[in-house]
Parts: sequence; structure tokens; C-alpha cells
Amino acid sequence: MSIDSIYVHKMWDDNELSKMVRGGVPFPMLSDAGGRVGKAFGIFDEDAGVETRGRFIIDPEGVVQGYEVLTPPVGRNISESLRQVQAFQVVRESKGKEATPSGWKPGKVTLKPGPDLVGKVWEVWKTDMAFD
Amino acid sequence: MAEEMEVGCARPTGGPVGEEPSGEPVSQTQSVKEVKPMIQVGKKAPDFIAPAYQKGKFISVKLSQYLGKWVLLCFYPGDFTFV
Repeated sequence: MSIDSIYVHKMWDDNELSKMVRGGVPFPMLSDAGGRVGKAFGIFDEDAGVETRGRFIIDPEGVVQGYEVLTPPVGRNISESLRQVQAFQVVRESKGKEATPSGWKPGKVTLKPGPDLVGKVWEVWKTDMAFD
Repeated sequence: MAEEMEVGCARPTGGPVGEEPSGEPVSQTQSVKEVKPMIQVGKKAPDFIAPAYQKGKFISVKLSQYLGKWVLLCFYPGDFTFV
């Protein structure tokens, strides 16, 4: 979503993005002329008149599970956004019984918070697991 | 999911996703200064409706259409920049 019109979105998709991604962008490119939606999400830059790089993970209930906001010059890490979605999905599927510790990614160990785990995290989770 | 239609300008609906807007609905022309940012993790996102372009079609997208799915909502400064 940006302040650009849907017509500019089409031009961008037709003339550039479709050269990067076969078939063009698959998801909706949203237009927020005036930035009213961006303001509601708290990421609209009033001085520059544009949206900043806000990214929100919204779960199937419509609940915001996480967000990240960057100033324009620095791009996002899409892999990290997808990793977070995967982690939230694991937690949700476990109905909150499992948690994903620092550095978790699919295939790595999850934790099951409870009395048995208190003081024992060090036995199942090592600091090098915080990194890729 | 999203119908092809004239949607007007993008606007918050004035309420959280999946719930009735509280108080007066936000009209297309009304200023939304009074719509407070309500972003907090663990709380519902503000619902909105916005025009969109997708695969050759101009459509209308409402956030609450995606209830039941995971949504990654990304804002960026402008087309023809990187995302």
C-alpha cells in the first residue's frame, strides 16, 4: 500500500515489476491517496506526505501480532517477515502450548512453557541457536 | 474475495477488523484526524477499505475480507522505489 493511485500501480507492475516477477505482482497493490489508512496505522509521514516502510502481521482473527516500521532508505528483509508468520502459525496451531525461542525457524526446536521449563531453558536452547 | 468495482478513496472504516465501527462511520470526504492510531500487538487492526490493482483488474479491498487468513500488510513510500 502506498499513496500512489491504482493507475500508477498498474504502470509500475506493467513496466517494471513484471520484469522482476513472472506474471507481475500476484497480490493486491493497495492505493491510499491522502494517507488516511497509513495514519490509522501510525506510519504516515506527514512532513514528506508518504507512507514509511510499515509492515504488519495480522492473524486470522484480525489481531496485529507484530509490526516493523523503517524509514524509506532501508529495505525490508522479506525472509524475516515470512519467518515471523511461520512462527506465529506454529504457536497458533499449538493453541499457545508452544513458543518459538530466539532464532527459531522451521525445523528448529520449540519450547513448551510451563513449570518444568523454569530454569531449564539452557538445557534445551543454546545461544548459537539464536543465529542462522 | 475482492469484487471489481468503483471504490472511491481509501479510508479506515472507523472500527477494528470484524467489528462494527464505533460511533459515526467515516465518510469519504470527512477528515479522519479524529481516527486515533490504534495499533498495538495483541489488539485488532483498524479495518479499512481501499482501491487496489491486482492482475489486470481494479478492485476494492476491505481488510476484514481477509478474516480467516494471515495478512502481511506492507506500506512503502512510493511506486518505482524498492519495497
